[in-house]
Amino acid sequence: MSLSADPQAPPISSGAEPATDALVDRGWRHRHLLDVAGLDEPDLDLVMRTADEMRGILARPIPKVPALRGISVTILFYEASTRTRVSFEVAAKNLSADVVNIAAASSSVAKGESLIDTVRTVEALGADVLVMRHGRSGASDLAARVFSGHVVNGGDGWHAHPTQALLDLYTLRDHLPDGDLHGRKIVIVGDILHSRVARSNIWSLTTAGADLWLCGPATLLRGFEPLAAALPASRRLTVTTSIDAALAGADAVMALRLQQERMSGGLLPSLREYAARYQLNAARMVGAAPDAIVLHPGPMNEGVEIASDLAAGGRSVITEQVANGVAVRMAVLYLLTGGRTTETADG
Amino acid sequence: MTARQIMTADEIRRALVRISHEVVERHGGTADLALVGVQRRGVPLATRLALDIAEHEGVTVPVGALDITFYRDDLSLVAHQPIVKGTDLPFDPNGLTLVIVDDVLYTGRTVRAAMDALMDFGRPRAIRLAVLIDRGHRELPIRADHVGKNVPTSREEVIRVHLLEVDGDDQVEIDRLGAEVALA
Repeated sequence: MSLSADPQAPPISSGAEPATDALVDRGWRHRHLLDVAGLDEPDLDLVMRTADEMRGILARPIPKVPALRGISVTILFYEASTRTRVSFEVAAKNLSADVVNIAAASSSVAKGESLIDTVRTVEALGADVLVMRHGRSGASDLAARVFSGHVVNGGDGWHAHPTQALLDLYTLRDHLPDGDLHGRKIVIVGDILHSRVARSNIWSLTTAGADLWLCGPATLLRGFEPLAAALPASRRLTVTTSIDAALAGADAVMALRLQQERMSGGLLPSLREYAARYQLNAARMVGAAPDAIVLHPGPMNEGVEIASDLAAGGRSVITEQVANGVAVRMAVLYLLTGGRTTETADG
Repeated sequence: MTARQIMTADEIRRALVRISHEVVERHGGTADLALVGVQRRGVPLATRLALDIAEHEGVTVPVGALDITFYRDDLSLVAHQPIVKGTDLPFDPNGLTLVIVDDVLYTGRTVRAAMDALMDFGRPRAIRLAVLIDRGHRELPIRADHVGKNVPTSREEVIRVHLLEVDGDDQVEIDRLGAEVALA
């Protein structure tokens, strides 16, 4: 099964099925974080619990621990970003890692260096962890094939944005009773087609047991109905063009940015028509649960996919998402950098 | 089985009662005193010490839990990052006398990490150390102020502390380091 209306997108496996047993206290088993599709429920739970500890560190007068001392983290971004890049940088520094930032536009990439050569160069310069964002789906998988350390996908094309999905999950657990997503109705509204955030959230939220709804104009949902039909019954995914049906009784609603830079071929008649039919605003939220929360991965087009008063209102957890992003990325960096040789006994 | 019991449940209980008296005597009372258990078995030990102190002093001293994972000096050596168990200090350590409580004192590296972690929360007036077992082989200039039992060991031996709250029974065993060499 493939999610790809995106011709660049690599096929995506159906991922691990949710564990039926109680969550086991096992360690982290993944060398890279390229995607959330390979994470099962105990994996997600481990990231969440580790992020809880990281949030405790962030609340201290000096939010810094020496856990990653001597580890070099290189942040290589081929696409524009503020919050994700800075969030990774702050996360790495809070753990005492050494951070190198490379903006592709001002690097040898501009002279035509290939992705693989750039990754080899970064490795030769001593990087242990490579955090990468790239406009092409599958770019971080390619980097992981040549890099000897750990690769964290900071967003690749339309394919995946795993740390965003993890911080969304963390924020949702924070607000839902008992931190339990099972049976909770969560809605993602907007430009699903171009969204790596949506593609990653589909796996993490259905793994966590949520009743997930995708909503938007038919042109921006292409390929997702066959996906929903092909999923096993243990993953609850509904695709609809009706925003009222989607929002009815929803516990949480996430608006996605309308990616105007990726719009072509008449997918939308106009921004105004989109806003009129799908904008998340206070009037539409009346249909949702009374205490439903509102999320947005940012950056926002206020007045297009989300109304300004809703984004800044009491239901919005958008700034919490940003703060939680640091804790979740600290957890990811910490868990991934597990070692090289055997464990030593300590007393 | 080569495992040999070196402390019974009663001996553990008596050792903790004695340490609880020593801690209060050394500190000259219970004012500005707090106990900090090191995850994992130090936490129930600290809780029991606080109960013992409450029994003979009539005062409940605060108990915190400390996870030293992020301060370990062997993180680059371990195969997987250890699972973090949680730090919870329900008091402001500034100006307090803190007693670090752990089950076994061995190389001293855990205690070094615990002191670093506590210092990040503030400036305690003093830090002391209470352990159930001191097995020797220090690699750092660290000693315990209060010891339940001194046990001469070789490096080829392991000390296994069982506590009711974690393991379902109370006892301490010594064993030869065999197949479980990889378990810390």
